[in-house]
Amino acid sequence: MNRKRKELIVSALNNGTVIDHIPPERVFQVIRILGLDQTGKQVYFGTNLESKKYGRKGIIKISDTYFENEEINKIALVAPSATLIEIHDFEVVRKTHVVIPETIEKIVKCFNPNCITNKELISTRFHVIYDENGLLKLVCHYCEKNTSKANFVFV
Amino acid sequence: MKNRSLISISDYSKQEQIDLLDRAANFEQHPRRDILKNKVIASLFFEPSTRTRLSFESAVQQLGGSVVGFTSSDSSSVQKGESLKDTILTVSNYCDLIVIRHPVDGSARYASEVSPVPIINAGDGANQHPTQCLLDMYSIRKTQNKLENLDITFVGDLKYGRTVHSLIIALCQFNTRFHLVSPVELKLPSAVKRFIKEAKLHYEQYIDLTEVVAKSDIIYMTRIQRERFPDPIEYEKVKNAYNLRNNMLENSRPNLKILHPLPRVNEISVDVDSSSKAYYFEQARNGVFVRQALIASILGLIS
Repeated sequence: MNRKRKELIVSALNNGTVIDHIPPERVFQVIRILGLDQTGKQVYFGTNLESKKYGRKGIIKISDTYFENEEINKIALVAPSATLIEIHDFEVVRKTHVVIPETIEKIVKCFNPNCITNKELISTRFHVIYDENGLLKLVCHYCEKNTSKANFVFV
Repeated sequence: MKNRSLISISDYSKQEQIDLLDRAANFEQHPRRDILKNKVIASLFFEPSTRTRLSFESAVQQLGGSVVGFTSSDSSSVQKGESLKDTILTVSNYCDLIVIRHPVDGSARYASEVSPVPIINAGDGANQHPTQCLLDMYSIRKTQNKLENLDITFVGDLKYGRTVHSLIIALCQFNTRFHLVSPVELKLPSAVKRFIKEAKLHYEQYIDLTEVVAKSDIIYMTRIQRERFPDPIEYEKVKNAYNLRNNMLENSRPNLKILHPLPRVNEISVDVDSSSKAYYFEQARNGVFVRQALIASILGLIS
């Protein structure tokens, strides 16, 4: 009885956003990228939860907060499988998937050790391209070198 | 182009590139005039480069402008630990335009983002060297009377050679047929080949230079640069891979010209120098006119 009530408190979101299907090891990164560690709103998160689709997953719920596409898409690189659920007055009003944006800022380091972003205090900036095999690559705005997915180091 | 920095050749449209070549041709006719009088150009060479620096400085001085700057980072505040941003912000107070050569990739783009005056990239690490690219295009157009539909052969270090990469990307706008001659270790990177494919053009790769001499309008020779090799043994394996000699030119096309960004080591024998097909020293001379056209365009002094 008692246990059930606790779950309810956590699950019930009057107004706000649920970010579901986050890879479990990326939950804290998503929190950081969206600045949820700085918000004054209520934030609940869970990780290593059971998921039918992915085995394990992470989930974040933020009350009284909605995200612009541009903002939420920042998490697409770390959590491409994430779903976004907007809740108004306990009702789901919108369900979307994150989309990888055309430019990526600040999140990833440039793989080129001789790039200016690895020498001076500058935020990284990349243009997203797909190679002939359809694999995502980031082209550095500064040194113009490619960083491939296998070499992503998150800032 | 007024007030616009030039960091990568692709910062300027095809038409703007052609306009610059036209203006450069005009400077070749009249290289000495006073249009840069009372203008100060900063020449910041954080790594030494005699040719490029002298070419820029000569371009400015022939137009009556003056040059301030330094020729290596030993003599600058960099030695004292100043950041690039601070150097640029400070120097921009003293000049109308900054020419920068820097060993770090992407440094020129960054400089252009913090600088209140326009920046010309004179080489950023292994990344871009757009004025070399423009002078190469100028030299090709001048010797062939066109840029379209040519057979252009690149020889040597196609992997690390930054001038090769920029020039190939620029030539993708002109329906070029590319012939790529290199040791297996120094093939053109796939990131550059991608531009050729996207432009729906063709390239062929060769190991033997003699196979391709007779079908070239331009042979663009490059030095195999020791400093770009992470492993000295790899350098030893390929350093003498190519040597162009005069007798190899017997069956070449009458309009063939041989280009080289210089400095040359041993990839072109000195017996080629006296051939009418050798063009590398005139090519270097063209650099002055292209840089004059560029500086005058950015400062809005010609249209």
